[in-house]
Amino acid sequence: MSATLIRPRGAVEAGISPDPAPFVRRDGDGGASLTVLVGGLHCAGCVQRIEAALARRPGLIAARGNLTTGRFALRWREGEADAADLIESIRALGYTPTPFAESAVDPRADDSRRLLRALAVAGFAAANVMLLSVAVWSGAVSDMDEPTRRLFHWMSALIVLPAAAYAVRPFAGPALAHLRRGQFGMDLPITVAVVLTLGLSVAEAAQGGAHVYFDAAIMLLFFLLIGRVLDHQARARAGRLAENLLVLRGMEAMVIGEDGRARAVAVSDLVPGMALSVAAGARIAADGMVEKGTSELDTSLVTGESLPVTARPGAAVLAGTLNLGAPLVVRVRAAGEDTALAEIARLTEAAGQGRGRYVRLADRMARLYAPFVHLAALAAFALWWGVFAAGWQPALVVAVSVLIITCPCALGLAVPVVQVVASGRLLARGIVLKSADGLERLAEVDTVVFDKTGTLTTACLDLVNRDEIAGEDLAFASALAILSRHPLCRALVRATAGPDPSAAPSGAVREWPGDGLSLMSEDGEARLGRREWALGAAGAGAAGHGGPEPWLVRPGRAPVAVRFADTPRPAAAETVAALREMGLAIELLSGDREQVVGRIARAAGIGDWRADMRPADKLARLGELAREGRKVLMVGDGLNDAPALAGAHASMSPAAAADVSQAAADVLFQGDSLAPMALALRVARRAHRLAVGNFALAFGYNLFAVPVAMAGLVTPLVAAAAMSASSVLVTLNALRLSPGKGAR
Amino acid sequence: MNALAFLIPAALLLGLVGLVAFLWTLKRDQYDDLDGAAGRILSDDEPDDKPPAGVAR
Repeated sequence: MSATLIRPRGAVEAGISPDPAPFVRRDGDGGASLTVLVGGLHCAGCVQRIEAALARRPGLIAARGNLTTGRFALRWREGEADAADLIESIRALGYTPTPFAESAVDPRADDSRRLLRALAVAGFAAANVMLLSVAVWSGAVSDMDEPTRRLFHWMSALIVLPAAAYAVRPFAGPALAHLRRGQFGMDLPITVAVVLTLGLSVAEAAQGGAHVYFDAAIMLLFFLLIGRVLDHQARARAGRLAENLLVLRGMEAMVIGEDGRARAVAVSDLVPGMALSVAAGARIAADGMVEKGTSELDTSLVTGESLPVTARPGAAVLAGTLNLGAPLVVRVRAAGEDTALAEIARLTEAAGQGRGRYVRLADRMARLYAPFVHLAALAAFALWWGVFAAGWQPALVVAVSVLIITCPCALGLAVPVVQVVASGRLLARGIVLKSADGLERLAEVDTVVFDKTGTLTTACLDLVNRDEIAGEDLAFASALAILSRHPLCRALVRATAGPDPSAAPSGAVREWPGDGLSLMSEDGEARLGRREWALGAAGAGAAGHGGPEPWLVRPGRAPVAVRFADTPRPAAAETVAALREMGLAIELLSGDREQVVGRIARAAGIGDWRADMRPADKLARLGELAREGRKVLMVGDGLNDAPALAGAHASMSPAAAADVSQAAADVLFQGDSLAPMALALRVARRAHRLAVGNFALAFGYNLFAVPVAMAGLVTPLVAAAAMSASSVLVTLNALRLSPGKGAR
Repeated sequence: MNALAFLIPAALLLGLVGLVAFLWTLKRDQYDDLDGAAGRILSDDEPDDKPPAGVAR
């Protein structure tokens, strides 16, 4: 289950922890507490390591970690321990703590408890009333005398009335709210049925009649509450995951003060004109201009460009880009709301608003179902009272029995059970559902749009012209490259499986940021780097292959190009083929250059591709597709994809994606391979079929049950049996979504 | 009838005990971290909830 935890990335890269002081809560009598989101938790062992380490700190009252949410609650006596120290001791263990403003009362936890309490009460009452009811049913065919039967009915009433009054509240509240707004939901028929049933049963019990439905009413609530609890837990889990991701976006930046010392400042407090110190490996927090230093920047998250970009003094840099090489000083030109990053966030938010209007399958069904149930009950009453002249009381008994037997027990379970089984299956394969209705939307998709960098390709670069390079040159280049942390150098070392010790260069190696490496030896200067720099004037004219290609120039040997290209993710072509087989149209939209995008598109087997797309262009293209009536699944990982992810009908991200993209995506998949994508789609489609099948079962059952009820043939025993049978049937049907069946 | 007068209250009482026990565990946050709790039982050195020994006051 630890696969569900999304590890925070921002904090690792930044390497600085925000000042925890503003997040500390004080309880008045010397105690202080803080919630910390901890990244990198894998198992209960991790939680205990941290708890044990914290327990040794003086002044600590309690430290309790929650593996499910990835959050730690710390309490200590104020003045005896320091929040920053405690956080540092978590970091020292190799985890990434982020202080977190958790409200003291979590509304989700409150709701969840209210539902669980109602479920417990309903379950208790249902079990005990069933004990009495079974006695009455068997007594009816044997020798139970009238006073005993009455006693049992009244005892049932004694148990059920208070229990139902409590357990119906999760339905009655929303039902009333809906009624005030003139809407029909699933809650209204449930509440009406329970109230009418209980009223009728009390009247019948008082007259010594047989139509006493206390057991049916409470069982109905019990089954429906199971569905509610499952549904609520799926939503709460998704909600917490999204919240954790949002917290991680609140980064800090190191600002160089007038005294020349750097201090941490929240990104939201940056103003134009400030000087930022950007360490190697850190993200630039604001748009600005390089003032000092030369380095390579990884802009892939912001623009989709797969190659590192050289930044020299005077170059403009965008917020969100990662500094790969040397420390930089950046003068802030735009901060907070004005940055390109904030623009992306705004686009994302605006695009995500259309999502809120999605109506879930269960709710669509309820809108059809609720009027139908009430009309059937009304018709039954009219039939018996008006046509058969049966008197209003027997007519009401029949009408209520219609309400009871049609009540949406099975409907309430139909979707939640499928959802729980499906998400459990996906989780086992490292696929995390991040929004509760994501699975439903995923099943409706008919077009898949991919991003390139980081989605179809991994972040790694591959050596593509190994055959054209002499072995000796390659070994020499690799031996030089191991001295640098530049991504191309690392890729070169990886491609050659490490340098040959005998090829180790002798002499002074120097790294020229933005250009390459040079080696001064007795024979002259050898260079490995940018073409124009390595070859000098000679290199200006030659055409490149579109990918990164450092040149190796050695005295006395012909210069050679070492060509690299993006590596397609494992199983990329297979996945694309599998998706096409499922009847999906496939497109590739990338912010990268045409030459590179075209090559990857061909490698993955995608015919329909567009290059040089900005975030807004991608969003516009999705809008175009939506207007054509297509339901698009967007798969992307970069910041530049976030608006498209939020705007698409459904969206997926690799778990290594940018935080904003993770927050916008419905589904996250882990690992390098793209294969989980196809699996997720298959499971979603199968789950959808099962959910629809469950509705069909429930409706089919009603088709049979309603005439029986309208004929006045329903007794309490029949109602109880029919209700449990349909619920069990629906649950069993959902469990058919078992491993191995059509999902591999 | 006499047996019923004894057995029904007994059944209800047992059920109530279970209900109260569940509500108590719910109140004590025992269902907040099912994944973590499942793993915790496997470890030997359960750190106790009490403040560590030897805390400087």
